[in-house]
Amino acid sequence: MKDKPLPHRLTLALTVLIAALMIVSLMVGPAALSPRAALAALFSGDGAAGIVVRDIRVPRTLLAALIGATLGLSGAALQGLLRNPLAEPALFGAPQAAAAAASFVIAFGFAPATSLAAPIAGIAGALISVGGLVIVAGRRASLTVILLAGLALASFAGAATALILNIAPNPFIALEVAFWLLGSLEDRSIDHLLIAAPFLIASWIVLAFTARSFRALTLGEDAAASLGVDLQKTRLLVVTGVALGVGAAVAVAGSIGFIGLVAPHLVRRSVQSDPARVMLPAALAGAALLLAADIAVRVVPSANELKVGVVTALIGVPVFLTMIFGERRLEESAA
Amino acid sequence: MSVILRADDVSVGIGSRTIVERVRVKLRRGELAILIGPNGAGKTTLIRALAGLLPSDGQISLEDKPLGSFDARERARHIAYLPQGNVFHWPMPVETVVALGRYPHGDPFGTPSEEDRVAVRDALAATATEAFAARPVTTLSGGERARVALARALATQAPVLLADEPTVSLDARHQLVVLDVLQKTARKGAAVLAVLHDLSLAARYADHALLMQNGRIVTQGEVKDVLTEERIAQVFGVEAHMTTIGGVQVPVAQRPL
Repeated sequence: MKDKPLPHRLTLALTVLIAALMIVSLMVGPAALSPRAALAALFSGDGAAGIVVRDIRVPRTLLAALIGATLGLSGAALQGLLRNPLAEPALFGAPQAAAAAASFVIAFGFAPATSLAAPIAGIAGALISVGGLVIVAGRRASLTVILLAGLALASFAGAATALILNIAPNPFIALEVAFWLLGSLEDRSIDHLLIAAPFLIASWIVLAFTARSFRALTLGEDAAASLGVDLQKTRLLVVTGVALGVGAAVAVAGSIGFIGLVAPHLVRRSVQSDPARVMLPAALAGAALLLAADIAVRVVPSANELKVGVVTALIGVPVFLTMIFGERRLEESAA
Repeated sequence: MSVILRADDVSVGIGSRTIVERVRVKLRRGELAILIGPNGAGKTTLIRALAGLLPSDGQISLEDKPLGSFDARERARHIAYLPQGNVFHWPMPVETVVALGRYPHGDPFGTPSEEDRVAVRDALAATATEAFAARPVTTLSGGERARVALARALATQAPVLLADEPTVSLDARHQLVVLDVLQKTARKGAAVLAVLHDLSLAARYADHALLMQNGRIVTQGEVKDVLTEERIAQVFGVEAHMTTIGGVQVPVAQRPL
C-alpha cells in the first residue's frame, strides 16, 4: 500500500536508455556518423548525411522503438491475462499467422507491400491466432494447455505461410517474403512508419485499459470476476490489442519474436511481479531491446545485414528455456 | 436476524445437466451457515451462483433486490467470494494481494484511501498474517496461503462472505484458526456461508447447517436436527458416531456403509 519509488526510477532510467539508443541508431550503419554529425544531419537535413539520417535511419529507429514497445506491451498483456510469464505472442503463432495473411496478399499481388492491405491482413491473421489461443486456453489456462495450443497454432500458421510460398506465382516475390518473415527493419521508409504507427498506438490504448484487471486475475478468473472484473471484456480487449499491435508490426517489419517474453521478464522483479504495473516498464524495455538488436545487426560485420528477428530469437530462446526450467522446478517443488 | 442474501427455487444447469435443483437458502446477518455434502453434490456450483458468477433460474436477491440488478462492482462490494484452492499466480507481496479485496471500492491505480488501509490492516491482523505482509505470497506454506486468501476476502468488508472449502488441506490448528475467523466475521454482523467437509467441525461451528445431496438441499436448520446419524448415513453412506465436544453433540465418521 505504500508508495514504491522503484518503478518510477526504472521508468526514468529506461526512457534515458531509449533516448541514448535512438541517437546511437542514427549514427551506425554503412556510413558511420559521430553523435554530433548525426544530430546535425537530423536537424539540418543537409547533404548526404542528412538524407541518410532523415530518410533511412529515422524511420528505422522510430519503427524499432514503436514496434519494440508494442511487442513488450503485448507480451505483458498476454501474460497478465493468462497469468503466466511464458505467454508471448510469438509462441502462439501470432506473428506467423500475421505473416501468413500479409504474405498472402502481397505474394498474390493483391496489394503492394507499402499499402494498408498488408497491416490489415496481418491484423486479421494475428486476431485469428490470438483469439484462437484465448478460446482454447479458456478458463483453465494451465501452462501445458497454453504451450500446446500455441505450438499447434504456430505450426499451422507456419504451414500456411509455406503453402503460400509454395504456390506463389512469382519466385522472386516468394524469396522476398521468405526474407521478410525473418524480421527486419532494414530499408524501411517513412511510408512504412505512417502505415504501422496508427495501429501500434491504437493497440497501446486498447491494452492500457486492460491493465487494471490483471492484478485481480492473479487470484484466478473466478475470484477476479467476484471482485467485479469483466472477464469477457478483458479477454476481448487483450486479443484486439495484441492483434492490432502484432499484426501491424509484422506487416512492416516481419516476424520479430521473443521481445514480448524477454522485456516483461527483465523488469518484473522491480515491480514485485505486479502484472498491472509491469506494463509500462515492459513496453519501455521492449523498445530498448529492439533498438539495441537493430543496432547490433548493423554493427556486427557480415556480408548481408543480419535479420533483427534472427537476433531477437537467438537471445530470446535461451531466456525462454531458462524460464521453462525455472517453471518446471517450481511445479515440482509445489507437488 | 435479518436475511441479506436469499435464494428461492434456484436451479443451475451446466450444459444439459442440472447441477443445482430448486434450492432455497437464506443467509442472515450475524450467522455462520455451513454447507455440507458429499463430493459432486453441487456445493461449489451453488455457492458460485449465490456469488453471482453463474447464471441461474429462480430468484436470488441481495438486500431484497434481484442480484442481477447490481452491477459487477456494486455486487462485489456486497459479496466477498473465496474460491477453493487459494490460487496465487504471481509472486506478489502478501499486502498487495490482500489489498485486492479493496478492488471493488476504488480505482485500482488510485492512491488507497484511509478506509482501504484500515481494512487491509484489519484483515491482516484478523488472520495473523501481518508478519509476512511483505513476503511474496508464493513463498508461503499452505496454511499461510489459506490465511492470506481469507484476508483478501475479509478486506472487502462485504456484508456477505461465501467461502468454498476454506479449510481444505489445512492442518488441525489452521482449520480451527480459519473457522474462528469466519465465526468472528459473522459475529461482527456479516452473513457467512462456508462449505466444509469435516462433519465434526461443521457441527461445532454452524449456526445454521445445510445438507446437500444430488443438487438439492436435503435438510437445513439447527445442527442437531440436520447432522443426525440417520441423515449422515443416508447422504454420505457413512456410519457416524455421536460424541460431545464442549457441550455440543458432534458426529464423527466411523466407517463406510
